[in-house]
Amino acid sequence: MKKIRVFCLIVIIIVWTCAYSLSLAGSPPAVGGALPDIKLSMPKDLADKNYLGLGIFGFGSFTIPEIKANVVIIEIFSMYCPYCQREAPNVNQLYEKIEQNAALKGKIKIIGIGVGNTSYEVGTFKKKYSVLFPLFADADYVIHKMIGEVRTPYFIGVKLNPDGSHQIIYSKLGELEGVDQFLATIMRLSGL
Amino acid sequence: MKGYAKNVLMVILMGVLLLAISFVPTAYALSDVYKNNIYNTGILKPKDSVLKVKVGKPAPDFTLKSVSGDAVSLKEYRGKKNVVISFVPAAWTPVCSDQWPGYNIIKDMFDQYDAILLGITVDNIPTLFSWTKQMGDLWFPVLSDFWPHGGVAKKYGVLRSDGTSERAVFVIDKKGIIRYIDVHDINKRPQLEDLIKELEKLK
Repeated sequence: MKKIRVFCLIVIIIVWTCAYSLSLAGSPPAVGGALPDIKLSMPKDLADKNYLGLGIFGFGSFTIPEIKANVVIIEIFSMYCPYCQREAPNVNQLYEKIEQNAALKGKIKIIGIGVGNTSYEVGTFKKKYSVLFPLFADADYVIHKMIGEVRTPYFIGVKLNPDGSHQIIYSKLGELEGVDQFLATIMRLSGL
Repeated sequence: MKGYAKNVLMVILMGVLLLAISFVPTAYALSDVYKNNIYNTGILKPKDSVLKVKVGKPAPDFTLKSVSGDAVSLKEYRGKKNVVISFVPAAWTPVCSDQWPGYNIIKDMFDQYDAILLGITVDNIPTLFSWTKQMGDLWFPVLSDFWPHGGVAKKYGVLRSDGTSERAVFVIDKKGIIRYIDVHDINKRPQLEDLIKELEKLK
């Protein structure tokens, strides 16, 4: 009988652990909804900090709505994902188009989150494709679980309002349907 | 009656346990390139073989047919290149589908350390052809250790009891000596920095 009690205890602990991990799991970001409470490490690179408008003395972590922008485009990617590799030049082109357009520069910002990638792996991807916007590592899939374990690449557009609130305006799996078309869609959906 | 109640309780508890485990996510092969074609193996026994080779000892030679049709022998690289052998368990499975595409974008890093990569699985050539095609053009040879089944994996001591191989990385220097062995937990992808650190030591 003692053995049964010990076994019950072990089972309860395992079930509780699984239930806890399930409670952290989210569903894919829905248009009109809000982002889960994603915490990203403050970039070490000064250029990245400046780009995101986080202040050069910022440290610790930050949330996406803290980024100084009207719209944030989030690319969920992996260094190990062939489509993400193929898509990298297009996302770079998107970044350049935004930065070269005086009406959009500073208003639309892009970040990438490498799911299951270490900082080293994210850095390798950044170097390989000369990515100019900030990339963040999600080595233990913590963020990935929060956003419903989406496949990659996955793009999320978030509109940041002056009152501090935000809404998801775009949420889609797969490659961009064309850089110009995607940018036009984001501008239309955000009202920019 | 007491024994019967105990058995019923055990069965119920095991059921609950299995149900809970089935919800544990396996977040690999996420790339949309594979669509829904990846077979979910579930969580496997991390290691299931006994190594037959050692760091500091010569790497056993082998000749295997590659997907491109050529036969590749380990000894071809003796005196010319360091060799990284990446055994992955099986085509069309989650973690494996997520490993070589990463190596595929870092040929320059392998070049920097004067190293070649040989990818090996126990699958046959047609399967490897279809699977690796999803990864884009691979710069390294993909070798089939299909027949005699898992012969090379067995020689190295990384053939599992179900006929697949371990997820294992071997670094072999230009003298043909094994310098690094990582028989990794089959359920996890080795981190790139660990391999690069070992290649740095060869310089």
